[in-house]
Amino acid sequence: MLNFTIRRLLFTIPTLLFISFVIFFILDAAPSDPTGNLPLTIPPDVREKIRESLGLDQPMIIRYLLWCKQFFVNEPLNLLAQWGINIGDPDRLRVISFQTRSPVVDLIAQRMPQTLWVVGMSYVVGVLIALPIGIISAVKQYSWFDQMGTFISMIGFSVPTFFTGVLMIVIFSVWLGWFPSIYDTTLVVDSWRTLGLQIRQMAMPVFVLALFNAAQISRFMRASMLDNLNQDYVRTARAKGLRERTVLLVHVLRNSLIPVITVIALGVPQVFGGAIITEQVFKVNGLGQLLIIAIQGGDIPTVQTLTFIFAVLIVLFNLIADILYGILDPRIRYD
Amino acid sequence: MPEGAAPILDVSDLKTVFTTRSGEIHAVNAVSFDLAPGELLGVVGESGSGKSVTMMSLIGLLPSPPAEIRGGRAMFDGRDMLAMTQDELREIRGSRIGFVFQDPMTSLNPVFTVGFQLMEPLRVHMNMNKAQARARAVELLELVGIPDAAARLNNYPHQFSGGMRQRVMIAIALACDPQILIADEPTTALDVTIQAQILELVRELRQKLGMAIIWITHDLGVIAGIADRVMVMYGGQVVEQAPVKELFRNPLHPYTRALLETLPGFVGDRAQRLRTIEGQPPSLRAQPTSCPFRARCRHAFERCARENPPMRRDAGGHHVACFWEPDS
Repeated sequence: MLNFTIRRLLFTIPTLLFISFVIFFILDAAPSDPTGNLPLTIPPDVREKIRESLGLDQPMIIRYLLWCKQFFVNEPLNLLAQWGINIGDPDRLRVISFQTRSPVVDLIAQRMPQTLWVVGMSYVVGVLIALPIGIISAVKQYSWFDQMGTFISMIGFSVPTFFTGVLMIVIFSVWLGWFPSIYDTTLVVDSWRTLGLQIRQMAMPVFVLALFNAAQISRFMRASMLDNLNQDYVRTARAKGLRERTVLLVHVLRNSLIPVITVIALGVPQVFGGAIITEQVFKVNGLGQLLIIAIQGGDIPTVQTLTFIFAVLIVLFNLIADILYGILDPRIRYD
Repeated sequence: MPEGAAPILDVSDLKTVFTTRSGEIHAVNAVSFDLAPGELLGVVGESGSGKSVTMMSLIGLLPSPPAEIRGGRAMFDGRDMLAMTQDELREIRGSRIGFVFQDPMTSLNPVFTVGFQLMEPLRVHMNMNKAQARARAVELLELVGIPDAAARLNNYPHQFSGGMRQRVMIAIALACDPQILIADEPTTALDVTIQAQILELVRELRQKLGMAIIWITHDLGVIAGIADRVMVMYGGQVVEQAPVKELFRNPLHPYTRALLETLPGFVGDRAQRLRTIEGQPPSLRAQPTSCPFRARCRHAFERCARENPPMRRDAGGHHVACFWEPDS
């Protein structure tokens, strides 16, 4: 297993380098202009000077290699310097956002907590409600509970979050006034009252996203349970005189979880990617929103860095899913 | 089989019906049989004749719905199993009645060790702690002839061969010293040499442990080798029942005769072609009102279409459900 992990980790290096180049190439080919949002009164020669100052007059390959140096060398060194380990000249160039002129990594560090709280929480909540629903739906197949579960999953699956989100705002913020419609990032949780406020402002985005996540995962769980319920080993377990609970929650569930856990692990990078649309609807200034604004402003370093980090996470969680699979299923051996 | 010994299992008039979207399937129709302590009863019949369903009905292993037991009695140790609650049945399953199923490749749970699966019934039924269950599990694996038993407890089913897995299944079934072992085609999925080993093992275990065995199969050769008594099923009914020698020497039911004719002979001239039984097994959409074998029977006459032949019995314990007299 260790061998496999190391081999796979080494293999990710060329994969990720290739991905980063492709992202850079595509961004460069896109007709976006960092000066596009500036006032029209700025004359073209000044715009050209601005572009030059951003380094855009260099050939694409040079800019890519510079980004690689900044991201793969300077940023890690800078991180080490923050922990008190200084290597080389401390005055090195970091990946700087075109729009804000601050380092992209710092921007990401500012945005990360909101995304992890809202999107991450919605994923956790979604998984936690999806698993029992999937299990019960399978065990009591075609019961009213199963029919309801199927119906709600269909809704969660097919109605987009920008619709459910706005609907929730209309109902719970406008009509009932229970929850705020805008997420307040400046809120500092330091008392029960502020914790209550935090929970209230998280409630709607978390619910909207959790519904969407739970819809997918509960269907997976149900299908996987149903697959296993008809297996011969279940009959063996019953013939041994085990309690029905044991049969279902030990024998069937353990087998059914193998594919479901893989699916859950593969979904985690999307959490970091931020739910772009939902963050927009509820004005959560998380990573998804950062990415959208950067794209609109032609902020190539930010888009490049963010997209690359998402790619890293996806590759990483693919590896984690594979390893989990090997741990959960004794028939799978990687050595 | 010692004639007259009180049977350990006495089934009478068992009826099992499956409700499907396209109607009811009467899978088991008025099946009656008994089993003496220590006896090996062979149950033969073609696919769909109700062999497995009969046995599964007894101990509540059929999913309900769609299966429904419409009637009958199954006296085990003085109590009617068909009238028991699920909890009472569960206490009998795996402790007093053991089960071995057909396909050892899929009958064990792939994600748990063999030891875990073997210790489960011990811990549930005999209230053993982990150490006791482990010690007993080692004994059991040794009993069924698995070498290096203590180490193999930690192995997963996929690390065993098919024959070894079937031995594990037998060990699980025997874990709590059952009075009855029901073996549902336990050798069908194995190749012939492994099959012979398993048969030898069962013969040996029977001598050592003395439990009664119900052996479901469609292999008459196997039956001839190990059974004391044979029950032939067709279309969800018992059509003939006799001690094994008597049945092979003097089959009375046309279906049994036809079955025996489908086997290649080892002595004498070989027939040009093996005989087959023409036609299809009956559909079981309604309660039988006539002989289920009549459409394929060489000796059928008008009465066979009018009524379902009742079981006739003679002094030698030979039962047959047929109007036709072989000598006439």
